[in-house]
Amino acid sequence: MTTHAGAVHAHEAPKGFIRKYIFSLDHKVIGKQYICLALFSAFVGMFLSVLMRLRLADPTIKLPFFPEGILPEQYLALVTMHGTIMVFMVLTTAPQSGFGNYFLPIQIGAADMAFPVLNMLSFWTTFLSMVVLMAAFFVTGGAPLGGWTAYTPLSALGEITGPGQGLGMTLWVIAIAIFCGASLMGAINFIATTLDLRARGLSLMRMPLTVWSWFITAGISLLAFGVLLAAGILLLLDRTAATSFFIPGNLVLTDKVIPHKGGSPILWQHLFWFFGHPEVYIAILPGMGVTSHVLSTFSRKPVFGYRAMVFALSSIAFLGFIVWGHHMFVSGMSPYVGLAFSVLTMTIGVPSAIKTFNWLGTLWGGEIRFTTPMLFALGFVSLFVSGGLSGLFLAQTSIDQYLHDTYFVVAHFHLIMGVAAIFGMFTATYFWFPKMFGRMMSESLGKLHFWLSFVGVYAIFMPMHFIGLAGHPRRYADGSGAAFLASMDPVHMFMSVAAFITIAAQFIFLFNLVWSIWKGKKADINPWQATTLEWSIPSPPPHDNFAGHEPTVYRGPYEFSVPGVADDFILQTTPPDKVVKC
Amino acid sequence: MVLKKGNSGSTATAAILALLIVILTLWTVYIFVTKPIWSWFPPAINEIGHEIDRQFMRTLVITGVIFVLAQLGLAWVVFRYRSRGQRATYSHGNNVMEVFWTLATLIMFVGLGIYAQRTWAAVRLQPAPPDAMRIEIIGQQFKWSFRLPGPDGKFGKYKFEAHPEQEFTRDPWVVDADDPDGKDDLVLGPGSVFAVVVNQPVELLIRSKDVTHSFFVRELRLKQDAVPGMTIPLQFTATVPGEYQVVCAELCGLGHHLMGTFMKVLSQADYDAWLKDMTAE
Repeated sequence: MTTHAGAVHAHEAPKGFIRKYIFSLDHKVIGKQYICLALFSAFVGMFLSVLMRLRLADPTIKLPFFPEGILPEQYLALVTMHGTIMVFMVLTTAPQSGFGNYFLPIQIGAADMAFPVLNMLSFWTTFLSMVVLMAAFFVTGGAPLGGWTAYTPLSALGEITGPGQGLGMTLWVIAIAIFCGASLMGAINFIATTLDLRARGLSLMRMPLTVWSWFITAGISLLAFGVLLAAGILLLLDRTAATSFFIPGNLVLTDKVIPHKGGSPILWQHLFWFFGHPEVYIAILPGMGVTSHVLSTFSRKPVFGYRAMVFALSSIAFLGFIVWGHHMFVSGMSPYVGLAFSVLTMTIGVPSAIKTFNWLGTLWGGEIRFTTPMLFALGFVSLFVSGGLSGLFLAQTSIDQYLHDTYFVVAHFHLIMGVAAIFGMFTATYFWFPKMFGRMMSESLGKLHFWLSFVGVYAIFMPMHFIGLAGHPRRYADGSGAAFLASMDPVHMFMSVAAFITIAAQFIFLFNLVWSIWKGKKADINPWQATTLEWSIPSPPPHDNFAGHEPTVYRGPYEFSVPGVADDFILQTTPPDKVVKC
Repeated sequence: MVLKKGNSGSTATAAILALLIVILTLWTVYIFVTKPIWSWFPPAINEIGHEIDRQFMRTLVITGVIFVLAQLGLAWVVFRYRSRGQRATYSHGNNVMEVFWTLATLIMFVGLGIYAQRTWAAVRLQPAPPDAMRIEIIGQQFKWSFRLPGPDGKFGKYKFEAHPEQEFTRDPWVVDADDPDGKDDLVLGPGSVFAVVVNQPVELLIRSKDVTHSFFVRELRLKQDAVPGMTIPLQFTATVPGEYQVVCAELCGLGHHLMGTFMKVLSQADYDAWLKDMTAE
């Protein structure tokens, strides 16, 4: 059991604007900064996807700034930047660094993170990474066109491989390397905080599943981002210092012999996916945590199989590190290795299924209250099932030979890692907004946002599976290169329209968010009648969270509808003798 | 704001959500059933392709059943346990059920995964039969080119293979003039189509001159990256004559979507005529 280190780390409330809002050491402010960065990035990423979907709906479309239409290389730059911004700046930052920063210390009863200065540094490093990444749009040649996976040697040879592959690509690599540094700092902080700053009585098995998911995600980040950082540095050296880590000999481009030799393009793929696959879990695990948390709260039931949930999270994290090769079945990697990766990948479906069954078990026999966060959590479960099952096709070597690099893959990862994870963020936003801002978000606007988004994402991504099954390769600017692609134009049109409607619906969310900060109904301490520590302190919490004293935790995180107790919830901090019996 | 028990509107919301989940599930099933995969998949033209289709169907049935049960289960639970003022059951779970569904999914998923390996092994782990036609296929931005070994059945070395010690300033991808194996090699330059003989085993040797490409023919159900610095074999036996689209499936630059060609599957007589044309050119 930990000592009460929480109070030791408390620091004075800052006075000036800059120390309070810009270079703040307060984990709550830093959490909000991360969320703002992610929100801005999400709208940038969405805007890029609007342009992509416009071109896919009509390849000749003329737009402001695109007088000749969106050129194929511009389309590929959109693909690259949409993927990069969404994966790194949205899916990695908001669920973990954003909400984790704000609520992990509070949920474990700490006054702040273990290393507040490191925390501030990791945010501003992330910010710098975003600035460098965005700069790629504005340099000569524009943004890179090699996809967010930056496969070598396309990404290693410079401008000769295409516009955007010069300075734009260099900025991309630098931005990613900076981002890796920021994520490593954040990961260390999360792990130290969880292990050292838990309140009296808060044993590991009494931690909310949100804390478990942030803690485990931090562990994944610590092991994964270091590898991507190394890979990024090697790629940068290949590009700028004439090394040949990823470039083999005797390459000829536009009749020019490339003066490199001895490198391996597949090495990049191994290093990238050693990070890249765990990254999927970095994006989705916090969503799983908040979903479990919210499902339990609004079905007024303890989480079904809490221990099984913790073991499932841990085994997903572990298995996530030994399945990266399933991205590389047709890469030229040894087919024997593919065989091993395939079977290992199928096993990762097991903990995922355990989680789904436990979510259904949590709902079973509950008293379900359909608040907006609950709707998004239920939506998460539905999307997780839909997006997860298509993984069972892709994990099989033989089927993947057909489906690899088709739209089937795009549909799969958008549902599970994109949209499901984003539903996790919406769940977190609607659920914790009252705590963060002391006001409620509008339930009617929230529900409208949910209905449109839930139907919208299915309308975009379900048909996408079918053009994948028909063999439509991904990252195609248009279907003009092959006759069979033309028959899929109506599906593209349908998906584009669905995307425009769904994206428009996100402005309802934005409006609700901003409007509610100032005009929402006042929230009291515990508007959802929830049980964990954040609901025992004022909304919004004071600077040092627990006003200088360390809370004591008496029980597990999900004590709902306990027989013989008057209320249908008991806070973790309520002493046993204060629990009102009925 | 305090939530009261049996809060108003929960039945309507529960009904709408449950209904939506049911509709979206049935819509998905409807598309899969009325537009069955064989109307999305072009017909396979090799035995491996048919086996991959069968494995796809097995997976589709298993995932389809799980999909429908899970989604309809979710819809039912959502509606059945909507808040109507009842008190929730107090339960922390059930270990027997945990063990049951862990083992059930483990056996089902891993079993499926192991079963799928047979096809993989047939294509990837067996060497091509000795009588297989060997065709070299080379990707470059944004065209495919080909080389046939000629009557001797042997490919000549490229200059960079014959003289690995040399640093090349001009195209090293020229067959070395001193290599007797290369004398009868037939090179079909960038933008060519290629042909194979029906019912005859083929071994493609896939290479790239610049960046990574990927050779993909839908009807073969096969895809293989063309990786610079490597020669990667891929074998198949096409059983249906015809002309099939080859596309590039790995992002290779701004012309990626245009990097197509055709694979002709010809009878021996047609192939001989085609080869004669090609040699004459």
